[in-house]
Amino acid sequence: MNGILAILSALIFAPLLPGVINKTKAFFSGKKGPSIFQLYYDILKLIRKGAVYSTTTTFLFKTGPVISLAAMIIVLFLLPLGGQPSILFFPGDYVVLIYFLGLVRFFMILAALDTGSSFEGMGASREAAFSTLCEPVLFVSLAALCKMTGQTSLTGVFSGIDSWIFGNHIPVILLILTAIYIIYLAENARIPVDDPNTHLELTMIHEVMILDHSGPDLAFLLYSGSLKLWIFGSVLSGILAAAIPLSPLTHFAFCIGWLILIGVLTGITESVMARLKLIHIPQLLIAAFSFSVLGILILLEEL
Amino acid sequence: MKTIADIVLMFLILSNLAFLGISRLKTCIRILALQGLSLGILPFLIHIPAFSYDSVLLAVGSILLRGLIFPYYLEKAMRKADVRHEVEPFIGYSFSILFGMGLLFISAWLGFRLQIPYLLTSRLLVPSSLFTIMTGLFILISRRKALSQVIGYLVMENGIYTLGITLVHEQPFIIELGILLDIFAGVFIMGIMIFHISRAFDHIDIDKLSSLKE
Repeated sequence: MNGILAILSALIFAPLLPGVINKTKAFFSGKKGPSIFQLYYDILKLIRKGAVYSTTTTFLFKTGPVISLAAMIIVLFLLPLGGQPSILFFPGDYVVLIYFLGLVRFFMILAALDTGSSFEGMGASREAAFSTLCEPVLFVSLAALCKMTGQTSLTGVFSGIDSWIFGNHIPVILLILTAIYIIYLAENARIPVDDPNTHLELTMIHEVMILDHSGPDLAFLLYSGSLKLWIFGSVLSGILAAAIPLSPLTHFAFCIGWLILIGVLTGITESVMARLKLIHIPQLLIAAFSFSVLGILILLEEL
Repeated sequence: MKTIADIVLMFLILSNLAFLGISRLKTCIRILALQGLSLGILPFLIHIPAFSYDSVLLAVGSILLRGLIFPYYLEKAMRKADVRHEVEPFIGYSFSILFGMGLLFISAWLGFRLQIPYLLTSRLLVPSSLFTIMTGLFILISRRKALSQVIGYLVMENGIYTLGITLVHEQPFIIELGILLDIFAGVFIMGIMIFHISRAFDHIDIDKLSSLKE
């Protein structure tokens, strides 16, 4: 029951998160900004349009958005929200989750290369390079959470973290939260790594890969992008919400609240920071990696 | 107390990794100052009668010297010697951080196996101090500027200090105070030396000094 509630809320409310981020950014720059529901309007508009396909593209270009959305929905089935079991869980399911995200990336890169545009090729190569550095961080961080709770499935991990474990491992939890937050920014093409508003192909990473998509395809990509934001955000909020013992329903509401707060935090990060130079991004990701490695090291010490 | 001590030691480890990855000399000096300040409060967190005469003396001395006077002198030396702002490493920043993580594993492996006869507040103490010493050594051999070598030396000393307050649990802090005084004299002399090197050669690139022997 709770699993279904989690998936439905993700499918319905995920496009709100980019709206929250944009509203925060608009507040910081003293503007009114687009409506918080802007992404819903965009998606509805794009769904009703037709798609334009370049003659150089093959079926790979069309499979990209479809697989992207499908894989995100499968990931939602694996991801618990609010301390209750997800619909699908088994030992080691976080590996499957990470590889589904990898599958999305693989098909996105193929679709971008399929257009034959040199700019999209550049974007694809950057995405591949940076995600190689992101993936181990996620693996190590989730493995550290598994070590902390003694569980091997995501459901077990997120229902296993209670206020007692949280209080005993504050240093490790801080490290892991920082590492996952950096990865959340990097994977969702947010500011220190990539600027979602930039429109200069030479510096874009994620945005340049979806330049040739139009109509329903673009709508699928935007929607799955917001789902990705929701997925990474709910990993963070799942840890944060465990700080206080709560009844299931309030726990769930607490998780949603944290998700929105993380969106606001992202908006603040984007407002106070400039984008990093491309050559400095690997350093940031390596820093995140060292955070997560340090976290698991401290846990191993407690054997 | 244990949690706060853990957080301080975690900051120690992270700031060591930051030394390996940061290119600005001035930022390195600032982090060194922060490291000194955080190490200054460590005696209160580790020892069981927290506010003894010795630990207050050590904390005050440590905060003054490590947190304020050393960084001040280093920045002054940097300004006077007119140093360029980059660290100029022999080994790249990303690789340095990865190497640092290797060192972290070695020191964790060593530190958790080392049998300490006392009951420690935080088991992170020995590994993190070993790691700080190793990072200091690595900075000493991998950076080109004389000023970054002074930083490496001070980082190493921070490590020895951390190990010291772990191990000389029963002993007077007078040893520590002696070390602090030595370091103070050392930084003083190094500052003068850096100034003279840069006066004589227009730079503080120690690589060039090897041409003196010919």
